[in-house]
Amino acid sequence: MIGRFSLFPEQASTVAGQIDAIYFFLVAVSAVFSLAIAAAIVVFAVRFRRSKERQVIPTWEGLLSLELTWTIIPFLITLVMFFWGARVFITLRTPPENALQVYVVGKQWMWKVQHVEGKREINELHVPVGRPVKLVMTSEDVIHSFFVPAFRVKQDAVPGRYTSLWFEASKAGEYHLFCAEYCGGQHSRMIGRVIAMEPAEFQRWLSGSTGTTGNPSSMVSAGQQLFEQLGCATCHQENSGARGPNLAGLFNKQVALLDGRSVVADEAYLRESILNPQAAVVAGYQPIMPTFKGLVSEEGLLQLITYIKSLQAADAAPDAAPAVKTHATLQGSEEQG
Amino acid sequence: MTTTETTVSDAHGASGVNYLNADYGVRSWLFTKDHKRIGLLYLASITIFFALGGLAALMIRLDLLTPAGDLVGDETYNKLFTMHGVVMIFFFLVPSIPAVIGNFMLPLMIGARDLAFPRLNLASWYIFNLGGAFALWSLLSGGVDTGWTFYTPYSTMSSNTNVISAAFGAFISGFASILTGVNFIATIHRMRAPGMTWGRMPLFVWAMYATSIIFVLGTPVIAITLLLMILERAFHIGIFDPALGGDPILFQHLFWFYSHPAVYIMILPSMGVVSEIITCFSRNRIFGYSFIAASSIAIALLGFLVWGHHMFVSGQSVNAGLIFSFLSMVVAIPSAVKVFNWTATLYRGSVWLQAPMLYALGFIGLFTIGGLTGLFLATLATDVHLHDTYFVVAHFHYIMVGGALMGYLGAIHFWWPKITGRLYPEGLAKIAAVIVFLGFNLTFFPQFVLGYLGMPRRYHVYPDEFQILNVLSTAGASILGVGYLLPLLYLVWSMRYGPKAADNHWGAVGLEWQTTSPPPTNNFEQTPVVTGEPYDYRDPVEVKDVA
Repeated sequence: MIGRFSLFPEQASTVAGQIDAIYFFLVAVSAVFSLAIAAAIVVFAVRFRRSKERQVIPTWEGLLSLELTWTIIPFLITLVMFFWGARVFITLRTPPENALQVYVVGKQWMWKVQHVEGKREINELHVPVGRPVKLVMTSEDVIHSFFVPAFRVKQDAVPGRYTSLWFEASKAGEYHLFCAEYCGGQHSRMIGRVIAMEPAEFQRWLSGSTGTTGNPSSMVSAGQQLFEQLGCATCHQENSGARGPNLAGLFNKQVALLDGRSVVADEAYLRESILNPQAAVVAGYQPIMPTFKGLVSEEGLLQLITYIKSLQAADAAPDAAPAVKTHATLQGSEEQG
Repeated sequence: MTTTETTVSDAHGASGVNYLNADYGVRSWLFTKDHKRIGLLYLASITIFFALGGLAALMIRLDLLTPAGDLVGDETYNKLFTMHGVVMIFFFLVPSIPAVIGNFMLPLMIGARDLAFPRLNLASWYIFNLGGAFALWSLLSGGVDTGWTFYTPYSTMSSNTNVISAAFGAFISGFASILTGVNFIATIHRMRAPGMTWGRMPLFVWAMYATSIIFVLGTPVIAITLLLMILERAFHIGIFDPALGGDPILFQHLFWFYSHPAVYIMILPSMGVVSEIITCFSRNRIFGYSFIAASSIAIALLGFLVWGHHMFVSGQSVNAGLIFSFLSMVVAIPSAVKVFNWTATLYRGSVWLQAPMLYALGFIGLFTIGGLTGLFLATLATDVHLHDTYFVVAHFHYIMVGGALMGYLGAIHFWWPKITGRLYPEGLAKIAAVIVFLGFNLTFFPQFVLGYLGMPRRYHVYPDEFQILNVLSTAGASILGVGYLLPLLYLVWSMRYGPKAADNHWGAVGLEWQTTSPPPTNNFEQTPVVTGEPYDYRDPVEVKDVA
């Protein structure tokens, strides 16, 4: 927890224990090898120290069996490290389907957080204990990195794209939030707190008006408002004369493009289509959409995307229920590295 | 090494003419084409840079004594660690052993009169200093705050400091590296003495060969990268900044494609030095000559395939992460093989604990810890937590300072009698070596703990609970500072007042010890002919007992 001297960080997420187990294995391997080497050096240096009486007759210059032994054994040990580390890493990078989605925008020098329900925070993140939370992150300016040591998770927030990170807090409490990627002047002041709360308490907090900005409207309705303000509805409406593709039920669907490619309509695709519409025009439409670059903030983009995600195909209900249901995986946007 | 021509030293011992007194005056140094003098010119340049980088480190450690970071302001702190990194990496560690010791010793060790291209060699020193002047000017006239990594888009769009001139300095000095690399490769291929087959080459020469490969293949990439960064910053050409349609992660790929191999530029030469010292001071053949030689080349080549391990949390894909993690595990193996072979070389030897040997053994200990902690960062899951924390800082200082710098100091002490013809005070040197070893561990070991606790690097304001470990680290740094100051003082002293050194002070078998101390301008009166293996200590030269 915050403010106490210790030699080992607190474990406050479900993966922390798994990562610490690998860490202890690595510490053990390192200790065995360094102590063995150090002991061998000391013993040899004393046992075979230079003296006048002893005539040295060097007898060996190598031993293939020994060379192979100390090549193969360390290699096998590193294989264990690789597979174990990879397995947990894949877990870290695969958010559960039911994860609660929270949106994070980094900027010099603060973390801005939006909950789907509308609550906003700065340099603080409230999460429930015992439920996976997935952060969808981007940056307004330079690269930042979202780091919660007690959860053992970290992910860069990169301008121009969405990255994500998930964790499940296992213990209520307040934990350090650090920006781990150097981002200029006040990098070391770009810090905050993650507050893990019991689920009931979290629900109270979420519906209360004690947030950074009072009277919150949900991200979906904020997105809908932007959608109308920016005139998106003029073209992207079921009955708008088909100047633009219908957005209902679009999210996570395969889309055939004008140039013959086919892409998945994930967050990254929606973002690109708003900022740089000519990059991927849907087959059957003219490249007539203007760019909205500079007209929408990063947070506004996230609201628009949340709204588009909430649009169900024609027969389904409109923007009432979708908050949890639409949080499918984000793989597409992360695999572009 | 067995040689047939041994008349050289007698002839020159008598005449007393050597590369130092063959000519006098500033011009004789500034226009010299003698690799030995150029080595000393480099020594002077990088010593100044080391002092500057060290001064920045001192300020950093003092500032970190308190959690509030109240010695310097935010901006100043950022400029200090940038200066420390840029100066120490581009202007001290990269040129240290190759340009000083390599320049001086490589031709001597293979029985050549000079490097293949003496004029190019002198040109490289001028280019290096020109780059250094650019970097220094930008660092001193306002500074740079990007960190030595120059990450975009911070460096191109956000920072309002002297990014362009600092990066241009690094860009220019890269050409000095390339010239040195080309020169070494040509020399090793074409100028070995008769009988000096590849299998008889000293391991230091193998290490220089491996390092040169990286110089030549890697440096152009960092040059291009820095140039693209400068273009984006100066002319807003969109390459890395997403606001201009660029990709900031592309910069990281390009940057680390050079900068990871650059770590091996810093460590491979030290490994070569340690191989020389360990055999000489064990009076033993090196154990596993071919494995050590081959591992240098393996490290140089594999080192080009692991850059992505700097980017596990940058937005790189999971699959890329898996591949880079695996390859990083593989590159650890040749380093481990070297450590085992060095240790085995001590077995049934005659171990002589003089100052160079203390540095070499210190190197093995610190490099082992540095290498093993590298595995924590190559392992994907633990790297997610450790990336960009003090654990990384501790790890790479164990490699670059515990490893590379210990090797450099070992080399300086080992070859000092050959270079200057004088002896340094051995007792004081041993004390300094022990101080460096202890001070180093006290400085950097607490940083491993800090890193796992989660203290991010490049933080000058930090939570209170990290203070105790930071105070320990600063205390260690002050001890380390004393350890570095001592050699500086007694080595300078010895140049004038040290006792005269014999031609072969350590009773070593390398060719460089078969000529006079200091060597004549042409190195050897007659070209030596090599007839046997290196490190043949079966019939060692008798040494006057110094201990």
